[in-house]
Amino acid sequence: MTEPKSAAKEVWITGIGIVSSLGEGLDAHWDALNEKKINVDDKRFAPYIVHPLAPVTFDAQIPKKGDQRQMEAWQRIGTYAAGLALESAGVKGNQEILGRMDMIVAAGGGERDLAVDVAIMTADAKGNSSPGFLNERLMNDLRPTLFLAQLSNLLAGNIAIVHGVCGTSRTFMGEEAASIDAARIALARIESGQSEIALVGAAHNGERKDLLVLYEFGDFNLKEKFAPVWQREGQSGFALGSAGCFLVLESREHAEARGAKPYAKLTKVVSDLAQRKQPGAVTKSLEALWPKLGVTAESGNVITGATGAEPVTSEEKAFLRQHPGFAVRATGTMFGHTLETQFPLGLALAALSLSRGALFPPNDPSGFEVEKAGSPDQIVVVGAGHWQGEGMALVEAVK
Amino acid sequence: MSAPRDKFGRPIVVVTGMGVVTSLGAGKEDNWRRLTAGESGIKTVTRFPVDGLKSTMAGTVDFVTVDPVTSTGLTERLAEMATEEALAQAAIGGKADFPGPLFLAVAPVEVEWPQRLELGRAIGKTELSYDDMLRISGGGRYAKYHRRFMFGSVASHLAETFGTKGSPISLSTACASGATAIQLGVEAIRRGEADAALCVGTDGSVNPEAMVRFSLLSALSTQNDPPQAASKPFSKNRDGFVMAEGAGAMVLESYEAAIARGAKILGVVAGCGELTDSFHRTRSSPDGKPIIGCMRKTLADAGLEPEQIDHINAHGTSTPENDKMEYNTTAVVFGDHLPKIPVSSNKSMVGHTISAAGAVEAVFSLLTLEHQRIPPTINYEIPDPAILFDVVGNKARDAKVTAVMSNSFGFGGQNASLILTREPV
Repeated sequence: MTEPKSAAKEVWITGIGIVSSLGEGLDAHWDALNEKKINVDDKRFAPYIVHPLAPVTFDAQIPKKGDQRQMEAWQRIGTYAAGLALESAGVKGNQEILGRMDMIVAAGGGERDLAVDVAIMTADAKGNSSPGFLNERLMNDLRPTLFLAQLSNLLAGNIAIVHGVCGTSRTFMGEEAASIDAARIALARIESGQSEIALVGAAHNGERKDLLVLYEFGDFNLKEKFAPVWQREGQSGFALGSAGCFLVLESREHAEARGAKPYAKLTKVVSDLAQRKQPGAVTKSLEALWPKLGVTAESGNVITGATGAEPVTSEEKAFLRQHPGFAVRATGTMFGHTLETQFPLGLALAALSLSRGALFPPNDPSGFEVEKAGSPDQIVVVGAGHWQGEGMALVEAVK
Repeated sequence: MSAPRDKFGRPIVVVTGMGVVTSLGAGKEDNWRRLTAGESGIKTVTRFPVDGLKSTMAGTVDFVTVDPVTSTGLTERLAEMATEEALAQAAIGGKADFPGPLFLAVAPVEVEWPQRLELGRAIGKTELSYDDMLRISGGGRYAKYHRRFMFGSVASHLAETFGTKGSPISLSTACASGATAIQLGVEAIRRGEADAALCVGTDGSVNPEAMVRFSLLSALSTQNDPPQAASKPFSKNRDGFVMAEGAGAMVLESYEAAIARGAKILGVVAGCGELTDSFHRTRSSPDGKPIIGCMRKTLADAGLEPEQIDHINAHGTSTPENDKMEYNTTAVVFGDHLPKIPVSSNKSMVGHTISAAGAVEAVFSLLTLEHQRIPPTINYEIPDPAILFDVVGNKARDAKVTAVMSNSFGFGGQNASLILTREPV
């Protein structure tokens, strides 16, 4: 290290925006978590189970219908959540700050035009496709602007257009790990003075057959019957969830200078990529990351984005069992698996819990999650991707 | 060379290894020779039928094949080739043991048509639906397609192959991605997190749907005949960009670490900058302020005055809007000094390598510094009278080059610039 450690700036979470299957905003989510609400749809994509987005009036954060029409659902969800985060940080419409705000979005891509896909596959299966058939159908049938609604970096692009966040704009890709690294890099940049304030987050539309196909290739989808994340031993898999979650991170000095109040402090984010070739690789990777967080207490709190897919969920459980003093909460049970959004969601719920002075209750009949009384000082957020990528963050109360 | 820190007290970031693959060939030597000879890598696409397409040419890398045929697989292989070359030159770390993180600029990934059609045929019906696809997708038969079509799959493969450290980052800032990958590496070294970083931009995505998508946005040239003449940046009769494939890789190190291990220093990444345009999804703000701001941020980051830049490796896509906007904004930033700056666009020869372009062009910029010779902008027959750049037209030019600005602008309001120098500034 060439930078002196003491020079690292303290980084606060000053804005949180969440929209999900449980509703929108912090109060709705806090109430839903305390009421142990779960919103799943097991009919629309049967036998697959999804956590559908709660009804949202997109106009509230995306006033122009023209903008909404230019976006696919995942972009609308994300642009909406980003607006909530900016509002919660008190910077919405503040052009001076938004004009120099950095942004890192973790993104997948947008939904395909399923009707066009099916029409082409059907013609091909009937054997009546000439050499230029695919080209002609795509040229004639694809909506010209659909590409922009699918492009990964256009969630950030839409946030810039709709909310005016236009300092810098970077889009990280790569499923769950993308948002862990987005948080890690945003934190490192602010700590080192490369950035003062940043918007970080992701969005996911889980109500998509093209995504179900992609995950079905690897047999990752939860089928037939919903079960909490820790009760899927007999029938593993994840239920895709729709959600958007963004955080405003800023240096303590920057927040104090504008009179902003913190929800919590983001102390550390660490990540790694284990080559998952041997059983136990994820357990080992998480064990190696743990001491880098600087958590010394024997007891505490963990919010994990555990997917419910195997073998990663069992491997993560084995890691968590080595820290028996920590009360665990799995967001996958309530929110489903929201891929890139799962880690920011964990950070958001950790900051929300710290700011409300309580960890939300367990939602796990298996008993792996236990009640935890008292006001937490620290919450560890864990993310282990369904196929690769492991990471952790330490979120702390601001004293 | 001078002190190990720049004038802002940050570690100086140097380049110790480079690799490149384009339609002109594999490796720096072939690329440089053909680039400075003014050769074009653009040709009529033969990889798939072009019937029904408005644009039928591209800068495909046809001398590399992958099995099964996927754009993501080719993207991965191109990145691997460029990285092998860069690592061989840098002679850093052990085999499969690169001592730093990976930052990878890569196109978004999705299931592709050959695989989708394979599934459709396997269903065994003639009236299909996505539910039919879902029914046959599981059970392990197509497990390899899950991994292949994950967004993180290319980075994961490179991280394993080259033993980069930590979680590799896959990123997209559209046509600016390659520059952003380099910027992330520079930032990590400046923070002191890493002594070395591997920065790669790669794109192998010339396939029917990708061409159709850009075509539907009217972004591509339709001057198909002859294909080599289609990409004509700064010309009056330019009508769009030409899609292309390629990869550029760079080993970045702190000056201190490079010197300590006796590495040969190829150049310096003196400055990076980016500024978002919130005007429109595909068009630049008419006042050009975000691009102007991006170039100024980059100059400030390098601690240089406009007068100290003596070559611009332009984004120069050959679209009517980009080239005009690039000229107008550059003129504002460089003012009276602009006529003294030779400007060139590599895209006239290699086409637009999209996600790779920023990295490929950074490699070419460093080769320009090394050889003190500027590759030409070919097909510059009818200069656009509204673009008063000193375009290095048609023939390479020998010149004293000490500091190059390389620009990249992309859909979604992405603007990124780099300043590359031979010596620390």
